[in-house]
Amino acid sequence: MSILIENISKNFGQFAALNHINLEIPDGELVALLGPSGCGKTTLLRIIAGLESADEGRIFLSGEDKTAQHVSRRGIGFVFQHYALFRHMTVFDNVAFGLRVKDKKERPSEADIAKKVHNLLELVQLDWLHDRFPDQLSGGQRQRIALARALAVEPSVLLLDEPFGALDASVRKDLRQWLRNLHKELHVTSIFVTHDQEEAMEVASQVVVLNKGHIEQQGAPADIYDHPANAFVSKFIGQTNVLNLNEDNVIWLKTAGIAVDDSKGNVAHIRPHDIDVKKADANSDSPVTLKDWQHLGSLIRVELYRPQDNGSGTYLFAEMPNERFKLLKLNKGDRVALHIKHAHWFNS
Amino acid sequence: MRQSNIMPGFGQTLGFTLFYLALIVLIPLSTLIFMSFKLSLPAYLDIITNTRVLAAFRVSFGAALVAAAIASFFGFIIAWVLVRYPFSGKKLVDAFIDLPFALPTAVAGIVMATIFQPSGFLGKLLIDSFGVQVAYRPLGIVVALIFISIPFVVRTVEPVLKEFDSAMEEAASSLGATRLQVFNKIILPNIFPSVLTGFALAFARGVGEYGSVIFIAGNQPYVSEIVPLLIITKLEQYEYEAATAIALTMLLVSFLLLLVINLLNRWMRQRSGQL
Repeated sequence: MSILIENISKNFGQFAALNHINLEIPDGELVALLGPSGCGKTTLLRIIAGLESADEGRIFLSGEDKTAQHVSRRGIGFVFQHYALFRHMTVFDNVAFGLRVKDKKERPSEADIAKKVHNLLELVQLDWLHDRFPDQLSGGQRQRIALARALAVEPSVLLLDEPFGALDASVRKDLRQWLRNLHKELHVTSIFVTHDQEEAMEVASQVVVLNKGHIEQQGAPADIYDHPANAFVSKFIGQTNVLNLNEDNVIWLKTAGIAVDDSKGNVAHIRPHDIDVKKADANSDSPVTLKDWQHLGSLIRVELYRPQDNGSGTYLFAEMPNERFKLLKLNKGDRVALHIKHAHWFNS
Repeated sequence: MRQSNIMPGFGQTLGFTLFYLALIVLIPLSTLIFMSFKLSLPAYLDIITNTRVLAAFRVSFGAALVAAAIASFFGFIIAWVLVRYPFSGKKLVDAFIDLPFALPTAVAGIVMATIFQPSGFLGKLLIDSFGVQVAYRPLGIVVALIFISIPFVVRTVEPVLKEFDSAMEEAASSLGATRLQVFNKIILPNIFPSVLTGFALAFARGVGEYGSVIFIAGNQPYVSEIVPLLIITKLEQYEYEAATAIALTMLLVSFLLLLVINLLNRWMRQRSGQL
């Protein structure tokens, strides 16, 4: 089911949490609302769900205006950061809840409910826990039960509020992949909120970057990474080196292979993997030295230092594959030559 | 084998607990039991099956149960308002709740008797408009006990309600539950054990209450005479054995009722996975 968000605004007292948000989400997408904490992403999700009301604007689900409708009538599934499982009910009763509260006319028989609940519990691979209480489960298990519970009512839209935020790193990784696969299987339009750009890039088919109550950019993960719309997105998605275009940096960037053009902007953002590092020739006058490096697994991040004329200096980060770093045989303090392959330009 | 325990001081603190329990609770209560041994069983049964005594038991336990039930209902609503809604003057309302704890109960009884007596401000109103007399009737006892016991319910339910995760309500709503269903199926099952605990405390307080009740009850034998008053009456007539027998019976009945309430509470928590 498609989602249309039209001109939504929300204030908490003096604080504008959302500022005239317009967003269209096509049917069947898995969208990430990504942004730093306090950017309004959770508020937006809760407004779509009907758990919060907007001061202004409208929400359409499948073309139907749902703005005034109560959350219980919107046909959405909501998954909470801290699971919000009913702690006085077993796992089975939790998942069955949405079916049991239906009107008599629509309510399936207990036998049908049982069948459906067991199917869902099998889908999340936890049927063996059906008679446990939530307090007896691990965080990852609880979140999968919460998802099964939300799916039981066959929602047209699935909304997930930082679904993996409370889990530890390895469980989070597993669940991300699992969620992506589940979405492929079910094709229900889904929105999840996250502050973790890696999670957004890995799971979502579309990423919406929010900051201070407005949308900075919307697009496929690769698009956003390769073509950030502005300095905020460039800094927030992935790592980047930020260089102000003072006289010194202009000269230096030119020698590193970058054509400087004032019309494009006055700040250059350079991704760490767009910097080629090699040992400087003995007769080279490259002032850049290798300060340190960190092992990131398959990648090595090197810390480079470039002293400036006024006595201060600039640190730059570059990344390269492990193998390549070994071949370079660099030591701390070595002088290195840089070649910058690509830079993004912004005005600040 | 001795089991090691991370938390130190178990022996000392348990010793302390048992010492005080013995000094403050068990020795006085066992004296009561010991004293009643002076009576033969037929004599004991004779005393407690006296119609006036039985009537007093009915009044005491009946009024305490009804008052505890009403106090639980309204106490729950008060706790709900205090926890759920922000409003100005909340701190003041909060302070008022505890007043019955601090007020000498006799003062409360005299004030209530004054306003609820047939010529009193509220008493006149109630008789004129509904034909209901409160003071000098069992109803008066119930009113006095509600006043005394409501803070017990409020203060027991309040922290549990505060800790209640409202995301559970939102989750239930998102699954299509109506507000009534959310309350019945989500909030109440989580809060009810605390309401029951509040009920038990209110009941226990009500059964033993003396000071406020005697002023408003009218103390008519067979109608509005409570057991504690009957015990005092017996003492004043130098019938120590009778007083002891009645007191012991009261103790046993109270203990049994509280035990049943606590077991019920435990059973409910167990059934809902909270133990």
